[in-house]
Amino acid sequence: MSVSAVALAAPRARPRTSAGVLPGFGLSTGFTILYLCVVVLVPLSTLALRASALSWADAWRIVASPRALASYRLSFGASFAAAGVNVVLGVLVAWVLARYRFPGRSLVDALVDLPFALPTAVSGIALTTVYSKNGWIGRLLEPLGIHAAFTPLGVGIALTFIGLPFVIRTVQPVLEDLDAELEEAAAVLGAGRWQTFRHVLLPVLVPAAVTGFALAFARALGEYGSVVFISGNMPLRTEIAPLLIMTRLEQYDYAGAAAIAVVLLGTSFLLLLAVNRLQAWTRTRAGLA
Amino acid sequence: MSDAVRTLSSPPEATFPPPAAREEASPPAPEAAPARLRARLRRPGEDPPAVRWTLTALALLFLAAFVLVPAAAVVSEALKDGVALWWRSFVDPDALAAIRLTLLVAAIAVPLNALFGLAAAWSITRFRYRGKSALVSLIDLPFGVSPVISGMVTILLFGAHGWLGPWLADHGVKVVFAVPGIVLATVFVTFPFVARELIPFMEAQGTEEEEAALVLGASGWQILRKVTLPNVKWSLLYGVILCNARAMGEFGAVSVVSGHIRGVTNTIPLHVEILYDEYRFRAAFAVASLLFVLAVVTLVAKKSLEWKQRPARREAALRSSP
Repeated sequence: MSVSAVALAAPRARPRTSAGVLPGFGLSTGFTILYLCVVVLVPLSTLALRASALSWADAWRIVASPRALASYRLSFGASFAAAGVNVVLGVLVAWVLARYRFPGRSLVDALVDLPFALPTAVSGIALTTVYSKNGWIGRLLEPLGIHAAFTPLGVGIALTFIGLPFVIRTVQPVLEDLDAELEEAAAVLGAGRWQTFRHVLLPVLVPAAVTGFALAFARALGEYGSVVFISGNMPLRTEIAPLLIMTRLEQYDYAGAAAIAVVLLGTSFLLLLAVNRLQAWTRTRAGLA
Repeated sequence: MSDAVRTLSSPPEATFPPPAAREEASPPAPEAAPARLRARLRRPGEDPPAVRWTLTALALLFLAAFVLVPAAAVVSEALKDGVALWWRSFVDPDALAAIRLTLLVAAIAVPLNALFGLAAAWSITRFRYRGKSALVSLIDLPFGVSPVISGMVTILLFGAHGWLGPWLADHGVKVVFAVPGIVLATVFVTFPFVARELIPFMEAQGTEEEEAALVLGASGWQILRKVTLPNVKWSLLYGVILCNARAMGEFGAVSVVSGHIRGVTNTIPLHVEILYDEYRFRAAFAVASLLFVLAVVTLVAKKSLEWKQRPARREAALRSSP
């Protein structure tokens, strides 16, 4: 709120606990906190409590069982690889969309958001059909000896699909906001195009790309719908961690499911926390510069 | 570098060099320059055509393989055997029940979360208090939770072995493997959407108009109805559209709590899964095409709202800049 508004309105307003003159503080804040607790915080806290009912030894046996370890390896490995592919190709797509004009550009730009908008079950069956042995793309990969569907590669493909918008949508606005004068100055000073990219563009792009990477990675870790169709769900081989939670739930092993969920959730939250810190750091650095 | 060279190295539409320099030397028409020179006439920020076309082709190839082809596959598989058979997939009573349930769930979850989004945005952008940034982070929490875990917490709370499960069972209320559980899981998953849209927008708009209304004697509800809601209507609508798309399309969380009872607790995405697992691919894709249309409508609405909002956003940005 601007200073002048406070000065004007202050004499009329009764003193309040909040630093605002508008009505509705108690109602809106109270409802927000109540709703947040009922819908999100209480349900999530049951998870921690259920997992803590296990003894340390039992929890370790569940969390570090060979089947669980295999599922983390696949979930983390495939998510990492997918986010990596998305960083490289996402920066490329963001560059092309921000810098070049070509027919159908706005259509392509809209297409980037499709993985956000398309329900995961639909993405799952579509990707499986396209990348299976007889599918439109799987048919081309088969002669090369590449089996996509029902292998870890298929998991990676699904995770690349759902993470695709994250890097593009974090990098593209940075590229669009970038002052053309910086690049022009570099060129006038004799820098080649590659030098300009490396020394002028890359330092600005890296924080955005890392943010996009972490968001895509966190999303991929928890993804379920688009993966279960293409992965084939073989224990120890193509079973992702969320699916293992699902299996434990179907066996009414709630404590076991909760223990694995805590591992998964903890990693996601650490990642998102890191993103927040990175963004705050980038902002302060931009503010100081 | 001399003025003449500087003028040479920039086409007429470039903002560089500054107008003063341009007036001093008369700029030659770019068409008149020989090819070798023309290559150097490109703006410094521009890539040579070969680079441009290669990068564009690579980007389009990536998007085609991962987005366009799967999207085309949905449509093509759904319509493979003609429109009549496509249509018949919806006349099936189980499909109709799934569509009805999905509409019902969205009709409960979306207004609840819209109301919450409005209250949260009002509280967060109109007042200053301690712990506000923590509150904003907590609102984002469901985005970081795997859908499977989102559904699981509903079971831990309301399931037969959950905290409230036995008590609810004694009173004849069934939550898990029934419609209330599906609604709860959907509300959890779609919780942040409206708030996330409204908070930055209302933050940028500032409080001046509402304060003016207050000084003129308007009550709180009058301010909300006559000042705030008209100002934020497009943002609110955008958030509602995103929230609705997710509510109707949610699969993982709903899958955990639904129990897959055909005709009773099957939403559209779950019905797609059942059909697919039974190798009824055409029917699965026909029902999936319904969700595909929902996604396309969501994207079109997003684009047109972005376009509509542009003046408002610019105005808001101008107002918050000084």
